[in-house]
Amino acid sequence: MTRFLIHRALIAVLVAITVSVIGFSLLRLSGDLATELAGDTAKPEQIAQVAHLYGLDRPLYAQYFDWAGKALHGDLGRSLFSNEPVSLLIGQRIGVTVQVSFMALIFGLVISIPLGVLAATRPNSWVDRMALSFAVFGQAVPGFWLGLILIIVFGVMLRWLPISGSDHFSNFILPMVTLGMSVMPAFMRLTRTGMLDALDSDYIRMARAKGLSTSSILFKHALRNAILPVVSLTAVSLGFLLGGSVIVESVFALNGIGFLAYQSILRTDFPVVQSIVVFVSVAYIALTLISDLVNAYLDPRIRLG
Amino acid sequence: MTSIERDRLTGSLDTIPIAAILEAPSPRTVMRRRAATHIGFLFGGTVVLGAILIAIFAPLLTPYDPYAQDLTQRLIPPVWAVKGSWAHLLGTDSLGRDYLTRLMYGARISLIIGFGAATIAGIIGTSLGLIGGYFGGRVDAVVMYFVNVKLSLPGILVALSLISVFGGAVWVVVTVLGFLFWDRFVVVTRSVTQQVRTADYVAAAEAVGASHWRIIVGEILPNVMNHIIVIASLEMAVAILVEAALSFLGLGIRPPTPSWGLMISEGRNFMFFQPYLVAIPGIAIFVLVIAINMLGDGIRDITAPEGRN
Amino acid sequence: MTRTPYFSGNEKPILEVEGLTVDIDVPAGKLHAVSDVDLHVGRGETLCIVGESGCGKTMTALGVMGLTPRRATIGARRLVLEGQDLLAMSKAERSALRGDRMAMIFQDPMTSLNPVYTVGNQMEEIYRHHGKGGHREARERAEYLLEKVGITAAKGRLGQYPHQLSGGLRQRVMIAMTLMCEPALIIADEPTTALDVTIQAQILRLLADLQKEYRMALVLITHDLGVVARMADRVIVMYAGQVVETGTAEEVFTAPMHPYTQGLLDCIPIPGKTLRGAKLGSIPGIVPSLIGDLTGCQFGNRCSYAFAACAAAPVALRKHGKGRGCRCLLDTAPASASVHAKPVGAAP
Repeated sequence: MTRFLIHRALIAVLVAITVSVIGFSLLRLSGDLATELAGDTAKPEQIAQVAHLYGLDRPLYAQYFDWAGKALHGDLGRSLFSNEPVSLLIGQRIGVTVQVSFMALIFGLVISIPLGVLAATRPNSWVDRMALSFAVFGQAVPGFWLGLILIIVFGVMLRWLPISGSDHFSNFILPMVTLGMSVMPAFMRLTRTGMLDALDSDYIRMARAKGLSTSSILFKHALRNAILPVVSLTAVSLGFLLGGSVIVESVFALNGIGFLAYQSILRTDFPVVQSIVVFVSVAYIALTLISDLVNAYLDPRIRLG
Repeated sequence: MTSIERDRLTGSLDTIPIAAILEAPSPRTVMRRRAATHIGFLFGGTVVLGAILIAIFAPLLTPYDPYAQDLTQRLIPPVWAVKGSWAHLLGTDSLGRDYLTRLMYGARISLIIGFGAATIAGIIGTSLGLIGGYFGGRVDAVVMYFVNVKLSLPGILVALSLISVFGGAVWVVVTVLGFLFWDRFVVVTRSVTQQVRTADYVAAAEAVGASHWRIIVGEILPNVMNHIIVIASLEMAVAILVEAALSFLGLGIRPPTPSWGLMISEGRNFMFFQPYLVAIPGIAIFVLVIAINMLGDGIRDITAPEGRN
Repeated sequence: MTRTPYFSGNEKPILEVEGLTVDIDVPAGKLHAVSDVDLHVGRGETLCIVGESGCGKTMTALGVMGLTPRRATIGARRLVLEGQDLLAMSKAERSALRGDRMAMIFQDPMTSLNPVYTVGNQMEEIYRHHGKGGHREARERAEYLLEKVGITAAKGRLGQYPHQLSGGLRQRVMIAMTLMCEPALIIADEPTTALDVTIQAQILRLLADLQKEYRMALVLITHDLGVVARMADRVIVMYAGQVVETGTAEEVFTAPMHPYTQGLLDCIPIPGKTLRGAKLGSIPGIVPSLIGDLTGCQFGNRCSYAFAACAAAPVALRKHGKGRGCRCLLDTAPASASVHAKPVGAAP
């Protein structure tokens, strides 16, 4: 168990380092950043000056170690656009993104788990078919488009909800639904197949032979087993939601890190973009590690195996 | 004592010789029968085939040029609306271009991106999965490490950055998306390979001295193929959705190329007054993606070895 | 081993089943998994149901317990447990009897215990659910019963998870679990099939001892005639969803009436008697499809005695004295049986 976790942690660190290298090189692939930074009309001396100013004339590995060393101390550099510290920019906006992601995750779980359980208890019934159609729908609908349609329907036609901004709870409802919809199909299907497998298992037959109540069979015995993979997926989905926030934040004009990344990409503000890419990656790695821990805690076969 | 000896001593009934084997129809017949009754497969297949035909024959199906602007014909609503016109069945956009025509040409982009990205991802992912699953050990650890790195990167953000650097040409988008969606191919190919690897016929091929390459291509790849097709359909659908999202954000396909995502983005400014500009291309994406998913699920059900209902 | 005579004294049987039928809906039609099965088990009696896989013996057990799968429809003329009519009961009332008055031990102890709960939790749960007592009593009884089934350090075992126990231990836990509420009837479905040979014998002995001590009715389902020989008071031989022969163990082993039973007994080599290299008996042919209506004797296509009348109409189970029955048109001339009759050791 401990060995398993140490092994996972080591891999996580290795992956994090690789990801940081990739994130760092991402915007440098374009060739000469200094030329781009200095502007189209810059003379060669000016470009050299800019390159020197940003340390771009040094070897790439030296630039990486310099950047990574500072990043470990929380210094992510400054934005080329506003000259503000990147850590400050991210810090100001991360709250919005985390809030939307969590709300979407909870919304997704609250709808999909009961639906998955219900579908599994009545396979091939109309409930099951509805749940599966719902999953098919959620999987095929473009998130940004759903967001726009929700704005048109609930914001403009019905006037129930505000259509932009991020200062009130009601601002988060439409983004929550939009983003939640993207994770729901996977949760629903996983819960359903998990429950179907569990309900088909020998230990459920045993539980029925013991004369236990339906709720005890469903929830204590079946769901407790079926939920294990859902827990893993939850952590992974949270990472996915953080990374996917760029779309929903652009649609709803939410000032989170996704929107910041989007703006920075348009402005070729590479310190900000690479920091957000690496930040989200590391968050994802940390979340999967946590999900391993939680799973090990929930599953005695891993915990004691 | 072996279990057979034990069974004989205790008179196990399971050892009673059974002479005849139940007559079963051939797998091909079973598949054909399943395909003919699988509603999702039939529906998905029809829609995808229809979309492909429309994409190919778009110039023959519409009298309009998807790029031709006509500012006197701006924002005409679809034919079913009060001010609709039979000349433009789905109306026109803010530059007076025929919306149906753009939609038909847009199918080209979506399908090219979908097929292209799924092909690139399939080649990368299947190769890695085969290598990892076949050789195991350290090779496998390296493959899984690649998968971990890939999964940790925020795909959309990376795609946006790369496309902003390399520009929004169709081949750039195809390549970037192809490099984003290979992980599922690896996971599935790898696990199937691991299962097949231990099968008797692979051991037999090894025993007669077949090379690794011949075993992988000749014995393992055919077993993996069905799974690859199913995943490819899934990833194709995802690629189409992501392309639409990237183009919507202005960092995918560039105007004036008719991409469905771009059409939604362009219609966004008018969506409060002309919601059809946003609704129509969205529905097109939705229908195509659902059809591809149903086709993929259908192929999975039809080729599944045991009858899964 | 002393055999309790059938219907000892005036005692009513614990379980009375008449005309049990289990039909399963399959794509090709209705599968008659169990048709018209009668069985009776008295207190302290062991009834073995024997037959090859797919003959309906497990479905019979699940039908009695009320645990048949969703697609199955179940019918019976009479289904009585300890004088209570199960057919007249609601689902909830029957569920209340399960685990309390009738319990079941399943074939595979590796998968029949829930992997995420401790042994103690799963044992206590059944006791508390049936209102036998609180947490403390449940724990004490679980510990007592674990010792009873021969598990050492019972207290520590209660806190362990199924994956930490061996197959034999898990089957002992299952047995202890079924005893928690002291049921009148235990149905054991191939309880030793998934276990090692040496463990098999131990578990069978344990079952026999416990049954004697608690005077339970035991229905033991098996495909293993060796198990039948050492455990059974009475035997039901099933073939293709039907009872083809019933009788006391002695009757069935020494004077089998049905050609199928005779064929089964021919398949057993007897140490010291069967010559090395001699051909063992076998039953040619395959089990008929159970889908659709019966047309003649189910065994007709494999029977060497079959004649025209066998295929003409379904054959009825005819009584030959108390508790003895056979489903064969030739049963009036059991002379042929003597050819096959042979002594079988009580305990191999």
